[in-house]
Amino acid sequence: MTILQFFLWSLLKVIVVTVVMLLGVAYTVLLERKLVGRIQNRWGPTRVGPFGLLQPLVDGAKSFLKEDIIPTAVYRPLYLLAPILALSCALISIGVVPFGSTNINGPGGFHFFEIADVNIGLLVILGITSIGVYGIALAGWSSNNKYSLLGSLRSSAQLISYELALGLSLVGVVLRAGSLNLREIVESQSRRGMLSWNLFGGFQFVAFFIYLMAAYAETNRSPFDLPEAESELTAGYHTEYSSMKFAMFFMAEYANMITVGCVATLLFLGGWTSPFGNLIPLPQNFFLQALLPIFWFVLKVFSFLFLYVWVRGTLPRFRYDQLMSYGWCYLMPLAILNIVATSLWLAYK
Amino acid sequence: MHLILFLVFAAFCLAGAVNLLLQTHPIDSALSLIVVMVSLAVLYLMLGAEFLAAAQVIVYAGAIMVLFTFVVMLLNAGREERTRGSRSYKVVGFPAVVIILALIATVVLHTQNLGAAGLAEGLSNQPGETNLDVLGTMLFTKLLLPFEVTSVLILIAILGAVALARPGESGKPVSK
Repeated sequence: MTILQFFLWSLLKVIVVTVVMLLGVAYTVLLERKLVGRIQNRWGPTRVGPFGLLQPLVDGAKSFLKEDIIPTAVYRPLYLLAPILALSCALISIGVVPFGSTNINGPGGFHFFEIADVNIGLLVILGITSIGVYGIALAGWSSNNKYSLLGSLRSSAQLISYELALGLSLVGVVLRAGSLNLREIVESQSRRGMLSWNLFGGFQFVAFFIYLMAAYAETNRSPFDLPEAESELTAGYHTEYSSMKFAMFFMAEYANMITVGCVATLLFLGGWTSPFGNLIPLPQNFFLQALLPIFWFVLKVFSFLFLYVWVRGTLPRFRYDQLMSYGWCYLMPLAILNIVATSLWLAYK
Repeated sequence: MHLILFLVFAAFCLAGAVNLLLQTHPIDSALSLIVVMVSLAVLYLMLGAEFLAAAQVIVYAGAIMVLFTFVVMLLNAGREERTRGSRSYKVVGFPAVVIILALIATVVLHTQNLGAAGLAEGLSNQPGETNLDVLGTMLFTKLLLPFEVTSVLILIAILGAVALARPGESGKPVSK
């Protein structure tokens, strides 16, 4: 495979994945509105298109057409940089996620279902998400508004605190797989279907619980959505943003949710492998062989997103001091205990 | 290809460093420092030290600099005032910079194993062995003592921070 071919294939993969990701973001918003609607005993959007299915597209067009207001007292360069930073970090991290079978390769070991096969994929995702904090922090500071500043301070403090618990909860999984490569982590849990997932057979349910909590806090989602607590801070860090800039923060939040769901799927739910292992024989058809793993992957990510919305519709918001003490006094020691226990178990085995 | 990437990111790195000194607003300086760190990470990546690159981004750009910007935002520090600088600084400073640069350059040029080739050789892995494996083995065999001593050092720093931040009289020894 020549360099030009490689470049063109990679470009194609990037375009396809980005488009799918953006559509995913749009329809996750719709999913959330529909589900929260049902939880609160109402219908959610139903007017645009059948069952309101065209609602996300109309919303997108609306935010493009709105007037873009930039307040006079903002610090302009950073005010403009912040939404770009937030959205681009959210979209880049999907680049190392493998989402389909690794058995189907092009010429020269070329992977179809992954943009880049990185040795340290997990660390790359953590690194990019940690850069994404700046989008929120700078947005709040440069807006020159007290609600924005408070929102972004809360958000930075929350992200720093929960990133520790998040990183530590993943160590158990990495220890079991013996690798930071996302493909190898998935392959380490592919032997007996659901039974060898890290969540069940790997006895990493404590780690999964910690990951779940920390991921909700990292993506600023309910019950940890203090940075944008409407009742206290208007809209938190994006109070001063309007039109497409606001939409960019909004998209970044949902893109982050999807990435977090993908990571949970890869690390705890066996990635693209079938939950039934070898009980169901693989279909002979080549296209079905390629599509079935993607189906399982999407199904797992979808159920994770469903859980996200369910939690949002059910739990009330934490108080700020509760949030901090929960992260530092419970989640982090629990994560460290999990690492010790997993290491001891592996050494014993 | 490597050369082009190296030139681009080295240029980014230098531009960030110069910008860090020239900016008057603390938050702009902090952001330039992040640019420097991220482009350094890319340079590490091109030398084949992928773990080092990721650690650089996560630890420095993602954690330490977030705290920096956090403090700058919290204090809401304004612009610095520009001064002409004192004459004695110029008299001592410029020769000092020249001497230090010359010293570093001599050391780099004389040591064969310090450059990129040496690093790449140190990290050169057998097939099937990532440089994470090499690093881990190195840290827990050859460099075990310095590694553990560093962890004690960090622990002391944490204790010091806690002791300083305790409410009440800071001079008193901690009971318990």
